[in-house]
Amino acid sequence: MSKVRVLVGTHKGAFILDSDGQRKRWSVSGPLFGGWEIYHLKGSPADPNRLYASQSNGWFGQIIQRSNDGGKTWEAVGNSFAYDGNPGTHKWYDGTPHPWEFKRVWHLEPSLTDPDGVFAGVEDAALFQSSDAGRTWRELSGLRGHGSGPNWQPGAGGMCLHTILLDRANPERIFIAISAAGVFRTDDSGKTWRPINRGLKSEYIPEPTAEVGHCVHRIAMHPARPHVLFMQKHWDVMRSDDAGESWREVSGNLPSDFGFPIEVHAHEPDTVYVVPIKSDSEHYPPDGKLRVYRSRTGGNEWEALTEGLPQGDCYVNVLRDAMAVDSLDPCGVYFGTTGGQVYASADSGDNWVPIVRDLPAVLSVEVQTFA
Amino acid sequence: MIRVLLPTHLRNLAGLDGEVGFEIAGEASQSAIIDAIEARYPELRGTIRDPRTQRRRPLVRFFACGKDLSDESPRAPLPEAVVAGTEMFLIVGAIAGG
Repeated sequence: MSKVRVLVGTHKGAFILDSDGQRKRWSVSGPLFGGWEIYHLKGSPADPNRLYASQSNGWFGQIIQRSNDGGKTWEAVGNSFAYDGNPGTHKWYDGTPHPWEFKRVWHLEPSLTDPDGVFAGVEDAALFQSSDAGRTWRELSGLRGHGSGPNWQPGAGGMCLHTILLDRANPERIFIAISAAGVFRTDDSGKTWRPINRGLKSEYIPEPTAEVGHCVHRIAMHPARPHVLFMQKHWDVMRSDDAGESWREVSGNLPSDFGFPIEVHAHEPDTVYVVPIKSDSEHYPPDGKLRVYRSRTGGNEWEALTEGLPQGDCYVNVLRDAMAVDSLDPCGVYFGTTGGQVYASADSGDNWVPIVRDLPAVLSVEVQTFA
Repeated sequence: MIRVLLPTHLRNLAGLDGEVGFEIAGEASQSAIIDAIEARYPELRGTIRDPRTQRRRPLVRFFACGKDLSDESPRAPLPEAVVAGTEMFLIVGAIAGG
């Protein structure tokens, strides 16, 4: 029998939500690591019982947790994230040089093929890799050191490497995104990197079309079509059809093109989801209506999905790592809010129900599908 | 036997209920205590002091004998009452934030 496991990271712990393939009745377990910020947890595609979690707080720093039994038991593994060599400086908010300092792990991306392989995107922005199930970590320093690093600058949430996309068709290709530097790509397993931000225009930076400096909030791809990327930027929803070599805007008729998450349907590579947010200073839905927008045309033409979502007095946010899809048919879509709700749709977004309503603020949502 | 009380989050992380005791070979200092904690409980490595700089984390404080020892040198000898085990060495998370 098929089933779905939803992994939820929150401001005060992690929760695991389980259902069978009908996705109507859910069990909620947790909190795991109660009182700690769980920025992200994710399962290995190669072994779904292998989970990794990023646990941190302002008092005691960063912990990485690993489970070998689908989240029943956990073990703290390596938490030493040392930058390679002298990391130098990046730009601070006021433009002055600021030393590179490790703060936390924002995102964990398990290898597509090796349960012991996992990447970590960290603040201050860098990419780390472990080949021993999280016991030790080494920086892929070609990214930070490729040349533009001294000009990177933090976004409001910190200078975080928040998105890591692995290409099933080309194991040597990785896309990453940094707020606020932009998107970068390697074609040699992380040795060398280059920025791929041509076509982005950010009016809030000194050179709106600069090679780096763009506040990219999230990128997404369909695994079967890895040369097509979708992006939710600080403002603008963007699309690339050439693996990031160039981007064009596909915001179309969205009520606001500001937002954080973006996700692609599991079976329809041109069906894309975003959650518009009013503005960069008002992080809540326009008009107090929580609406997911879906494009079935790869952008530009968007429809509001409202059934089951609050359509009045709703002022939550949906953070960049807090939306995911399952791979059942019809495709399930899930997102979590800063108000502690996790919403699920078992019909590609047409209808929504809250799985759980009163968690701490949701930082991340991931889904594992067991067919 | 030096008696140490860890903050709740770190006791939970290490699966501990109450205070823990350590025999310290050589001169007992804050550094020696943390070395002993990290050796026995690897899951606590880096949680009390920064693993790179070895400095106490800013929101972690050390108390013993009714005094705040946080700003003492990490290698300074601990009070005799702590070494003798009549007073506990308290590692405390600062009251800050929500």
